Amino acid sequence: MRTRCRHLSLVALTLALLAAACRLPDPRMTITVAGSTSILPFVEYLAELYSDQNRAVRVAVQGGGSTAGLQAVLAGAADLAMSSRPLVAAEARQLQPVIMAWDALAVVVHRSNPVSGLSSAEVRRIFAGEVRDWSRVGGRPGPITLISREDGSGTRQVFEDRVMGPSPTAQRSLVLDANGAVREVVAADPAAIGYLSLGLIDERLRPIAVDGQLPTAAAVLSGHYRLVRPFLLVTGADPRREVGGFVAFLLSPAAQSVLAAEGLVPAAPAEGSR
Amino acid sequence: MAGLPKLAALITGLALSLIAYFILAEGVPPLLAQGPASFLLGWRWDSRAGEFGMLSMLAGTLWVTAGAMLVGAPLGLACALLLSEVLTAPAAAVLRPAVELLGAIPSVVFGFLGLLTLVPLIRTGLGGPGFSVLAASLVVGVMILPTVTLMAHAALCAVPRSYREASRALGAGQWQTMRMILLPAARPGIVAGLVLAAGRAVGETMAVLMVAGNALEPANCPLDPVRTLTATMALELGYATGRHRGALFSAGAILLGLSLGVTGLARLAGRPRAGEPD
Repeated sequence: MRTRCRHLSLVALTLALLAAACRLPDPRMTITVAGSTSILPFVEYLAELYSDQNRAVRVAVQGGGSTAGLQAVLAGAADLAMSSRPLVAAEARQLQPVIMAWDALAVVVHRSNPVSGLSSAEVRRIFAGEVRDWSRVGGRPGPITLISREDGSGTRQVFEDRVMGPSPTAQRSLVLDANGAVREVVAADPAAIGYLSLGLIDERLRPIAVDGQLPTAAAVLSGHYRLVRPFLLVTGADPRREVGGFVAFLLSPAAQSVLAAEGLVPAAPAEGSR
Repeated sequence: MAGLPKLAALITGLALSLIAYFILAEGVPPLLAQGPASFLLGWRWDSRAGEFGMLSMLAGTLWVTAGAMLVGAPLGLACALLLSEVLTAPAAAVLRPAVELLGAIPSVVFGFLGLLTLVPLIRTGLGGPGFSVLAASLVVGVMILPTVTLMAHAALCAVPRSYREASRALGAGQWQTMRMILLPAARPGIVAGLVLAAGRAVGETMAVLMVAGNALEPANCPLDPVRTLTATMALELGYATGRHRGALFSAGAILLGLSLGVTGLARLAGRPRAGEPD
């Protein structure tokens, strides 16, 4: 009986110490950021730069998806949400969004595909499964392999809103769960067509012109390229001063030029670059 | 100190019941609200339209499980026979740990290898997008190999030596002895292993997600892409709200029922038939 008591008290002591460790105060101010995994890599990189400049502030960046990030800010669990989709009405009433940058969605094919442009109606009919052979849109004869994203992904939501309209994405399309996966599959399959963030394209795949417009920063800024979504930074109604400071840094010319170099279209272009 | 093991057992049992309770509590009400018939027998799964029929995913799970069994069962049985009857002790001492090691490889590694090697091979060699029932079956077939092999090996080792000697003394060759004496005698253990392996194939998520293509359209041939129940849950749970979330939990409840059923079958199969020696 006595040994058991001793064991139990040992366990209790360990747990108490662990709990105490969690409560150790960090001398630095912590800003918690959560949300879209599409925006995450950009903000994570900028957060490191920011922490290097401001030793007093620590920025913790987490993913979880746009919806989860917004929920976290609403619940007070995070200071700042990253959202790759527009806010719904209920969210817009309680939260303050600011556009950090624009991200274009590019429709991409394999490098060897001779098709260089499609009308948005053609893209819609391809993804709806009505056009199933490349020869019908000027390509080499052969079945089209459709690459889509999972139901609920912000990228898919924007694509369906802007391109698909009321027609559903074909059930026969492959479903991949990340921008990177779409890139790898389209890069490897000569018959594939997919869509992903412009910033993630590399030389193994080719963006095609939609309605005669290639996805470029200039076409996005001038409004000619329509497959565009905002990357939002969202705070609660009354954010702390430190959070405002970090948001101001993300919108500063220095941070915006980093974003531009990473393939995004800056929300606030520096004077003269327009 | 008998209390500690009892406590551990209690916690294990509690964890299982809590998981079952949680999934059933979340999954059964939406299932009943929508009507089990439309849920189980509907082909269309479209959260935008609010339609949740999972027959195509149920069919996908069965496709992959059946394909994996076609690959894994003969290979595993052959391995087990090789280990217990054919190989010399030193050779078996190499093969057996190798098979065990196969079971320790994380499933994401299998999926990644399948994605890099099998998928392009199938696309260029056989046609279709490469992401297919075939790719998923081959990957999962190799993943269940250790379960089949080790269970069958244990069952074969438990067959008394006298059976083999009597068979050989009656003039049966090695192959005849295996086929007519050893396999029937070891049947309960072998079948239990096969059913457990099928259970693993039903539940495998990550590797299948990476190579199956996850298209919702039902597959008509092994070169078509396919969507399994587990893949759907993994893909969509992060975003789902409302009815969509409920439908995913319903799918989870059905998956739970499926694997409990399979495990129950394994226990039944593991019992020797009346009149057979045990």
